[in-house]
Amino acid sequence: MSVDKDTVRRIAGLARLAVPAEKLEPLAGELNGIFNWVEMLNEVNVADVPAMTSVVAQKLKWRADVVNDGGVAEELMKNAPEHESTFFVVPKVVE
Amino acid sequence: MTDFTLASARDALKAKKISSLELTTALVKAVEEARPLNAYVTETPEKALEMARASDTRLAKGEGGALEGLPLAIKDLFCTKGVRTTAGSNILGNYVPPYESTVTQNLWDAGAVMLGKTNMDEFAMGSSNETSAHGPVFNPWMAKNSNSKLVPGGSSGGSSAAVAANLCLAATGTDTGGSIRQPAAVTGTVGLKPTYGRCSRWGIVAFASSLDQAGPMTKTVRDAAILLKSMASIDPKDSTSVDIPVPDYEKLLEGGIKGLKVGIPKEYRMDGAPPEIAALWDKGAEWLKAQGAEIMEISLPHTKYALPTYYIVAPAEASSNLARYDGVRFGHRAKGVRDITSLYEKSRAEGFGLEVQRRILIGTYVLSAGYYDAYYARAQKLRTLIARDFTEVYKKCDVILTPATPGPAFAVGDKSDDPVAMYLNDVFTVTVNLAGLPGLAVPAGLTANGLPLGLQLIGKAFDEATILRAGLAIEQAAAFNHKPANWWRAA
Repeated sequence: MSVDKDTVRRIAGLARLAVPAEKLEPLAGELNGIFNWVEMLNEVNVADVPAMTSVVAQKLKWRADVVNDGGVAEELMKNAPEHESTFFVVPKVVE
Repeated sequence: MTDFTLASARDALKAKKISSLELTTALVKAVEEARPLNAYVTETPEKALEMARASDTRLAKGEGGALEGLPLAIKDLFCTKGVRTTAGSNILGNYVPPYESTVTQNLWDAGAVMLGKTNMDEFAMGSSNETSAHGPVFNPWMAKNSNSKLVPGGSSGGSSAAVAANLCLAATGTDTGGSIRQPAAVTGTVGLKPTYGRCSRWGIVAFASSLDQAGPMTKTVRDAAILLKSMASIDPKDSTSVDIPVPDYEKLLEGGIKGLKVGIPKEYRMDGAPPEIAALWDKGAEWLKAQGAEIMEISLPHTKYALPTYYIVAPAEASSNLARYDGVRFGHRAKGVRDITSLYEKSRAEGFGLEVQRRILIGTYVLSAGYYDAYYARAQKLRTLIARDFTEVYKKCDVILTPATPGPAFAVGDKSDDPVAMYLNDVFTVTVNLAGLPGLAVPAGLTANGLPLGLQLIGKAFDEATILRAGLAIEQAAAFNHKPANWWRAA
């Protein structure tokens, strides 16, 4: 499988990364270098192998469904690039 | 004063031969003088001195925790309450966390003193510390008869340089594919990646969540045992934190290695590897044998698939984890955009560096419709096979001995144009992350031109104690007591 300019444009869109037009071709080249290298995984027969879902043998833990943190909206606003009281400000979303 | 280890400083503090304030003051000065190394991105001298005074008060009363009054450096991937945390990225900008990571909270609860935050590859993606938004870190080590500046390894390159140059007693690191062990090996320091689930990931900026693990970077094996004891915990805030009590690793260092079964994996003999690496590896096996260990050849047949598997799994997880940086709630926001999609796309393009963008694109591609099975699902199956290789050999041996890196530190700029060449630095370390096992890098010798090389010990899950004991055996046999010449103070 080989990645072309249009594929890079499509993935960049999915990844929400603005990629300038002149960078699409070089990026496709770099990505192909990496994908050609990982092609070697196709040598291995994985037909009966289960996919790894957890690297340690432990069941995911349960916890009580209780509120144990929060009420810190004003503190969180200190890192906001733009806010009004405890609301984040973004460009208009709904016409 | 600055060449104390954690153990020797702890004992000197307890015996009242020094105070934490004296020790901390000396290290604060060393940190300032070493700015040309670029090991720290944020220095916190006032905080350090305040913590040291509080420690001295506790010590005077005969109180205090396991790390009371001991000054540490913290990788800039750990969120520290009220202290800027950037993960080496412009996208976090001047982010100041309103909370403390579990690992660092454990350290402060044990009485440790914070000197500052160390430089690192952006989002821990790199093996040379060159992808950092704060610029590269320089290795305190230089080759004989050379002035060329070398990389300190990565991604925990600021931490490895700080430990090697005596700019802290010890440091924290994180390791997703080798980011503790590789920088430790190329700076002549000790680095331990614990078993996945041993140290809480809560409050550590996420890269690849199924692989990330925090661990100690220290001057000695004993110090690694001491620091791990305080870093590790069972944490209800991290659902993958494992419910196994934390043992006293320092106590478990005693006892020697008589009868220890050490596996030597034949797949780690790489074509084209420098002969010095193979020679050091053989020497390491001899050292262990001389102390009563039994050496045996073993096979880990899927080793060569580990790096390509990693470069699918890790970017896939990273592309999901890094989706949170959107310019809305924190971090960098692009100026002058009119709609929400451009806000996301421009903020991310401006905030992330090239290697991070490359990995986000790889991850997005391998998870996208039509490619998921061919890449991601296949890689997760390979991961099962790689982990099974270890399960099989651990029926016969207790630990595995390998080289830590394929070579010594390389020059700044040498490998930054070829991503795959850079990725190969982690060829000996990455299998351990994929299998969730503990791995320890120990300095074992110097190359002909005077650069440090390390050996790696891989253990069974949650058996850090055994690799630390074997590591101590190597440390004692190697008697590695070299230190880099101090060129940075003059700079």
